[in-house]
Amino acid sequence: MLTLLFDGIAYGMLLFVLAVGLAVTLGLMNFINLAHGAFAMAGGYITVLLMNRLGVPFLATLPLAFLGTALIGALLEPLLYRRLYGKPHLDQVLFSIGIVFMAVTGVDFIIGSTQQNITLPAWLQGRFDISWIGIGKYRLFIIVVCAALAIGLQWMLANTRFGSQLRASVDDPRVAGGLGLNVNRIFLLTFAVGSGLAGLGGALGAEILGLDPSFPLKFMIYFLIVVSVGGTTTLTGPLLAALLLGIADVAGKYYVPKLGAFIVYTLMIVILLLRPQGLFARAGGGK
Amino acid sequence: MKAVAQALRAHARWRWWEFALLAVLLLSWLLLPGQSLLLNEIAILALFAVSLDLILGYAGIVSLGHAAFFGIGSYAAALFAKLVMPDPWVGMVVAIAVAAVLGALCSVLILRGSDLTRLMVTLGVASILYELANKLDWLTGGADGLQGVVMGPLRTPFGAFEFDLGGRTAYAYTLLVLIICVLVARRLVHSPFGTSLQALRDNRLRAASIGLSVNARLVVVYTVAAAIAGAAGGLLAQTTGFASLDVFDFHRSAEVMLVLVIGGTGYLYGGIFGAIVFKLLHDLISAWTPQYWNFWLGLFLVILVLVGREKLTRPWTWWKKS
Amino acid sequence: MTTTVLETRGLLKRFGGITPTNDVSIQVEKGARRALIGPNGAGKTTLINLLTGVLEPTAGSIWLDGQDITQLAPHKRVRRGVVRTFQINQLFGELTPLQSLALAVSSHLGISGGWWKPLGSDARVAPACETLLAQFHLTDVMNQPVKHLAYGKRRLLEIATALACEPRVLLLDEPVAGVPEGERQEIFDIVNALPADVSVLLIEHDMDLVFNFASSVTVLVNGAVFAEGSVESISNDPRVKAVYLGEGEAAHG
Repeated sequence: MLTLLFDGIAYGMLLFVLAVGLAVTLGLMNFINLAHGAFAMAGGYITVLLMNRLGVPFLATLPLAFLGTALIGALLEPLLYRRLYGKPHLDQVLFSIGIVFMAVTGVDFIIGSTQQNITLPAWLQGRFDISWIGIGKYRLFIIVVCAALAIGLQWMLANTRFGSQLRASVDDPRVAGGLGLNVNRIFLLTFAVGSGLAGLGGALGAEILGLDPSFPLKFMIYFLIVVSVGGTTTLTGPLLAALLLGIADVAGKYYVPKLGAFIVYTLMIVILLLRPQGLFARAGGGK
Repeated sequence: MKAVAQALRAHARWRWWEFALLAVLLLSWLLLPGQSLLLNEIAILALFAVSLDLILGYAGIVSLGHAAFFGIGSYAAALFAKLVMPDPWVGMVVAIAVAAVLGALCSVLILRGSDLTRLMVTLGVASILYELANKLDWLTGGADGLQGVVMGPLRTPFGAFEFDLGGRTAYAYTLLVLIICVLVARRLVHSPFGTSLQALRDNRLRAASIGLSVNARLVVVYTVAAAIAGAAGGLLAQTTGFASLDVFDFHRSAEVMLVLVIGGTGYLYGGIFGAIVFKLLHDLISAWTPQYWNFWLGLFLVILVLVGREKLTRPWTWWKKS
Repeated sequence: MTTTVLETRGLLKRFGGITPTNDVSIQVEKGARRALIGPNGAGKTTLINLLTGVLEPTAGSIWLDGQDITQLAPHKRVRRGVVRTFQINQLFGELTPLQSLALAVSSHLGISGGWWKPLGSDARVAPACETLLAQFHLTDVMNQPVKHLAYGKRRLLEIATALACEPRVLLLDEPVAGVPEGERQEIFDIVNALPADVSVLLIEHDMDLVFNFASSVTVLVNGAVFAEGSVESISNDPRVKAVYLGEGEAAHG
């Protein structure tokens, strides 16, 4: 049972890293980016291709997955996304669905639709067995990396100038702009980093979650759950929501496999019904 | 006095193109018997899109899970025909009733929260139904779908018509349901209730400030939209003879939204025009590149949004500076 | 003896560390022509929001005709005759002025739920709309979508919409904000022409308008009632002048 908890935590941490970019994009630009999963997929494929075709070691592919995806995000933000910030949510939804469809079919066309497999380096395979807990080495690795990222992000938000500029822009972009903050640059950097993190998450998750062109659609709802339940005003909200989701999903699939993801969806609906602004959002949050 | 009363009446008066559309629909059955199957598909999609227009175009609710009601109507009609009786009319009533009940229940979920919350909740409901249909395979056939739905003859005052393989009876049936639903919806949107929906879409705060009960209206319109979507789903099951999991799929919800957007939201007929254009485009492009239709669909969506949705339905604005 | 129509008792609103409404107890009598004034940030609009039910009070109660309406939903208060206008126009962009007014009239008549017959088919709707359109000079634009109207017309529609609900208590939040000088009096003439038993509570910064229109004044400062009385006594009250001058605010619209 504790193994389940451990696995759930690993899954949750991974979901957090995957979804944090989406949370910030929504909170900062008020943009519902359903294509966020496509960035995760991109990162996953970067890792897979580097490892399988070019023989790059696993650890080395991780920063490359981050950078590569961040670059894609940095290109798309000013080109496409920026034109749509003020538009109604329906338009944003349609747009991001369009991007997902293009990304999914594009990958299918170029690389093919089979599941991509990578071989983890030997030191990450296997598990430690400590009393009742089976600690998978790779899952432990994920927890460590994601926790470090989470702490790093929190530190950056609280202690750096960029962090406070970002928080100001989330609170009120117009006032922030009026105060002389270069809101466009903040948006660009944030979007790029958020996408990069999604890519890194996709790379880390390739082993556990599987990687094929349907990844963005399969996991889109999970990212959205993290964001809508966790809220977009804090970092800890999505973190806790992701952990909750990870544990609930793993436990649900183990104890009641017949119902599958049913439990997660129902839980989400109940939570949103009771607290439409999310479990952890500050009161008085806006749209 | 006269001017005002006349102006009010003018809003609800039948336009010439509404008559023309009705005529075209009826003529299509008469003059294109060989295309009945395709036309049937278009008409079902049109009805589905019109139902979405009620909540999206008129009430302003962005839903990514409208397929939930389409799907439940489909399965309800199929199961009813298989397990109880194969009469299409009764089955249609059942499909509508079941979808309406689900709609009423789900309407509670969309009353509060932001656009994102509503998106998630509607998506969640459709996903739950998908999972349920998948897991309850002893009832629904699971991933294989519910096969072998054989419908009885369509009883009318003019005689009983069997559903033929060519689909003529099916298309006539579908057209009838479509036209009835559109006529009812038409009355609805021109009524005080329909105007109040637009009011709460435009400015929920002000709608409440003139004494309108926002929540009650949302519940009603969501239920009605669900019922009509259920009718469309029922038509699909009854005219094709089976129900499959993909009626709940996200693709369906996304597709119907796109169909409506192509045709234009908020004037009731966008679903019909959109369905015609969409299906024709789909067949055209699929013939050329069958696997990657979604790519072109995605590209179309991206361009559509970047250029501006209104421009699509108003070609004369393409050259004007807005 | 004038009867109290609208009353608050100890109304308190606190959130996020600020108290925009601080123990406010006021009585608005039938037929009142009351101005609600105070420096910016005094909590005037918050008070209106509390009265209409848009905000929930932290403590205290609101009474209409001797009945506690504190828990009553906003749309139900409107049906009981408590109607407001907004400082920033809140209109239905895609509807026409005629449709907006017809809807408000229908809502007041209780027929806004009708779903079979078209809007305005009830014989009472068109005459009421016509009167309002004429009163507010909107007849020539009655069929244009509201989003295409000029600001002045939209402001007129803002107030016309409220009047379409036949209020018993009318709460006007800076009704002439943004309206050119020459047209302001017109709006006030219309409000002045309201039946004598309609109670009007007016938030306004323009002191000329206040003196012309109001017979009594409530002064709010920092969310609390600072002074109350007739227009003459308030305008001569040195404390009130100090509050305005002290804040650096000129008593000018």
